[in-house]
Amino acid sequence: MNYADLFRVTLPETALDIAALLVLIVDLGFLRKAALQTRIMASVLIGVLGCAAALVAMPYQAAGGLTYPGSTDLLLSAGGYTAIAQVGILVLTVFTLFLLIGSEFTKHVGEFVAVVLMAATGGLLISAGQDLLVIFVGLELLSLGLYILTAFAKRSGKSAESAMKYYLFGGMSAAFLLFGFSYLYGLTDSTNLHQIMRALNSSPANGAAPLLFVALVMIAAGLGFKVAAVPFHLWAPDTYEGAPAPAAAFIASVSKVASFALLIGIGTAAAHALDPGKPMHVWITASMSPKSMPAYFGFAGPWSLIIAIIAVASMVFGNLAALAQNSVRRLLAYSAIAHAGYILLAVAYFSRSNISANAILYYILTYGLTTIGAFGAVSVVERINGSDRMDAFLGLYKRNGMLAGVLLILFLSLAGIPPLVGFWAKFNLFAAVLQVDRGVAPFALVAIAVAMSAVSLYYYLQVLKRVFVMPPADDGPVKGSPLTMGVLALITLAVVVLGCLPGLMQSWMASFYAGM
Amino acid sequence: MLAWTIYISFAGALVLALLPKGKAGNGQSAALARVIALLVAAAGFAIAIAGFAAGAGQGRVTIVDVPWVPMMGIHYTLAADGISRVLVLLTGLAAVAGVLFSWNINHRTNEFFAFFLALIGGVYGVFLSFDLFLLFVFYEIAIVPKYFLIAIWGSTRREYAAMKLALYSFVGSAMVLIVLLAAYAAAGSHSTGLVNLANANLPVSFQMWAFPVAFIGFGILAGLWPFHTWAPTGHVAAPTAASMLLAGVVMKLGAYGCLRVAIGLFPHGLDPWGWSFWGIGSWRDVFALLAVIGIIYGALVALAQTDFKFVIGYSSVSHMGFVLLGLVTLTQVGVDGAVLQMFSHGVIAGLLFAIVGRIVYDRTHTRQFGELEGMYLGRRMPFAAWAFVIAGVASMGLPGFSGFVAELQVLMGAWIAKPWWTAASGVGIVIGVAYTWRALQKAFFSDRLPRPDEHPKEGWPKFEAITWPEITGTCLLFAATLIVGIYPSILLNSIEPAVKALLAGGMQ
Repeated sequence: MNYADLFRVTLPETALDIAALLVLIVDLGFLRKAALQTRIMASVLIGVLGCAAALVAMPYQAAGGLTYPGSTDLLLSAGGYTAIAQVGILVLTVFTLFLLIGSEFTKHVGEFVAVVLMAATGGLLISAGQDLLVIFVGLELLSLGLYILTAFAKRSGKSAESAMKYYLFGGMSAAFLLFGFSYLYGLTDSTNLHQIMRALNSSPANGAAPLLFVALVMIAAGLGFKVAAVPFHLWAPDTYEGAPAPAAAFIASVSKVASFALLIGIGTAAAHALDPGKPMHVWITASMSPKSMPAYFGFAGPWSLIIAIIAVASMVFGNLAALAQNSVRRLLAYSAIAHAGYILLAVAYFSRSNISANAILYYILTYGLTTIGAFGAVSVVERINGSDRMDAFLGLYKRNGMLAGVLLILFLSLAGIPPLVGFWAKFNLFAAVLQVDRGVAPFALVAIAVAMSAVSLYYYLQVLKRVFVMPPADDGPVKGSPLTMGVLALITLAVVVLGCLPGLMQSWMASFYAGM
Repeated sequence: MLAWTIYISFAGALVLALLPKGKAGNGQSAALARVIALLVAAAGFAIAIAGFAAGAGQGRVTIVDVPWVPMMGIHYTLAADGISRVLVLLTGLAAVAGVLFSWNINHRTNEFFAFFLALIGGVYGVFLSFDLFLLFVFYEIAIVPKYFLIAIWGSTRREYAAMKLALYSFVGSAMVLIVLLAAYAAAGSHSTGLVNLANANLPVSFQMWAFPVAFIGFGILAGLWPFHTWAPTGHVAAPTAASMLLAGVVMKLGAYGCLRVAIGLFPHGLDPWGWSFWGIGSWRDVFALLAVIGIIYGALVALAQTDFKFVIGYSSVSHMGFVLLGLVTLTQVGVDGAVLQMFSHGVIAGLLFAIVGRIVYDRTHTRQFGELEGMYLGRRMPFAAWAFVIAGVASMGLPGFSGFVAELQVLMGAWIAKPWWTAASGVGIVIGVAYTWRALQKAFFSDRLPRPDEHPKEGWPKFEAITWPEITGTCLLFAATLIVGIYPSILLNSIEPAVKALLAGGMQ
């Protein structure tokens, strides 16, 4: 490994960071006296160009990623699931930047965009990282950015409060994660995911060590925090409610994509270390008593069990808690917890082939897109009515028919109604779980997930009922800026088109694996 | 050709949704919306008739079959066999009648017809899908418009009823989704085509649990007792056209799913368990028992209602019991009867709801028998009275109307399977006569003298005259039930071979 190789693998990250610096220079250096909206336009433009440059740079990344010197083990992967996640992160970052247009929560526009870009860099890095240290650095880069973004509305008490909560929880979970990582290192003498998995599988003593269980619980706590899974979700409702809309959308989409990409990375490494014939699945009896665990179980057995428990807790608790919400943002937060629960099922039942990885990415990318749209629509209403309470949406169909239509499509997609994309994501995901293992346990888990998504329709309809059925409390029009409405229309169109032609995105994703 | 019924319905819905809304009080855009909706519905009906005529004597005809999600083996397969063609015909008829009977909708007219046509498009889609996945997609598409139709344009406790209906439907479709996922995985994750799945030789143990889950999942929408409770509240709260569609075609979606998916794909799920408890020895017995309970329970509850529309709502539960009973007889004649009953009940229930909801309620603004009794509707609204007499007679199952042929066949099938099913459901028919006469007498021909406060001094105010759309719609539905009642072979010739193929296992 030399720095030229490293540079070639991290081209997209480099492009983003250069754009971040450019934004600072332009905004702080040249546009100090310009009007706020001009500065926003300029900063967003540079940010978008940075993402575009990163996208353009992606094909020029060193194929196959970067290995350690004198070893075939990967340090940073490229192509395959990494590339899909990175493209997703870049595209979703562009959409979140668009949400900034027309907002007035901060005067520090350049800084906001720069932090977004740097956080996205962290996201790109953890999608590629195959080494615990790289992963940790990437995660912290992402997380620190998110704390700052949450606190960005300086005049809002809620923003500060939620950032504080987010930061305290985040710091704690990072400590857990690092603690877990250190145990893994202690058990296996390596910080590389592949070497760790092999070491755990080859030696029964390691594979069955109670210490491993402790390490995995710690890691699950750290990563569970990132994806807002129960019981590590407490920050999510407050952050979603308090953060400025573009920041909340970024947390709900880009950060989730990156975190699930990391889980895919761990799953891929674990599944590849297993015998080809043995799927990664929850072996309840074996995992319950580590001593009786077969040697090949290594990492995968206890990991799947822990993840499956978190998944069920998330989808049940997230959906039930969402029923009681009165704030649409909090509702979106609890629904995000529920969605994370569904996805974690596919993390627990992970396959060597790319079915599981693709199903997870399909879900999280389309979910991220839908959520950005939902936050965009909510923020338009919020700006006019000054609140994101359910009652702020009363009679929206009369006040802005198009926004009402956007909310209809996006919320129904989140609820998983065909032919919208959210439905395909769910179907794809559950089919992948059942394809990995056709036993009773995965089937029961999928049945719980399907039943819970039936519950979710209720709370999405509660919002849509106010939008379409109930009379408006106030007749004034709700106007968003044309650009915002255009972006929302684009997202809605994508949700419909990708839903009607689900093969499009699947074959697009498959193309990334072509050379591998 | 039949596929165009789906496309034009959705296109019509889209056009109406995007149609610029006229200013408040401007009737022009509402009139335009009505005309567009009528044209679209009529075009769908015309295509359905043409498709029905063209399909005579043919078996299953594949209309279109292209890969939809190639990586998962999901195809966009539309096809029609005799059963589909009959139900598509019913849908076309119900759509035209529904538009005619909602001619007086003035509140958010564009959106009303947009949701209406979206629902119709979904229903056509279900009846024509021959890929389980596609069928499910259309099945779910039909849920959301129902919610809005009831919640926005409904009456009594509309938001409650709409949410209840939406959640019941969604829980049912969640069960169907579970079966779909499981069947897809069990058959090797290659295909979701109905024909492929039927020929996949799914293990008997799998079919044994998949069948009841699928049957209940679809049965919820077909008013299967005890999961029927959405039906009366939904029917009553819904605007007239939506009640007509709910009873007329949406409940048939459920019954069709029970037949096509539950029975068609998992026939061994009906096999005996090998043990029995009080004569219940298979899922077949269980569902027959539930169907019979539904028939009698629905009829008894209808007998006790004080709200005119609730009578019809519960009678739907009772009549749909016959459909479900016919299905689980698994005899040629019984299943023929069930499919015919789907058509017949679709027409007759549509007519009853139209009379109660549009012709009577929109003029008297009450559905309570206590108030209707004092209104002398028999004399003041002779058209409604006579229409209800004929519809009621058809609903009771008098010879000459479609209901007779259908229920007779169901009872014959039940007799072949287990005679006590016939005996028990015969009681339901007798109670059916009772509640229909009771409703007729209380609503139209009451001999109770009006109380002094009910009697206006200056004579009775005139009701708004019966309009042409109402007359046209009524005649259309009458004609349908009469034609089928007098010459049932017109449908049976189409139904019989399809049922035969389906019962023979596989759908080659």
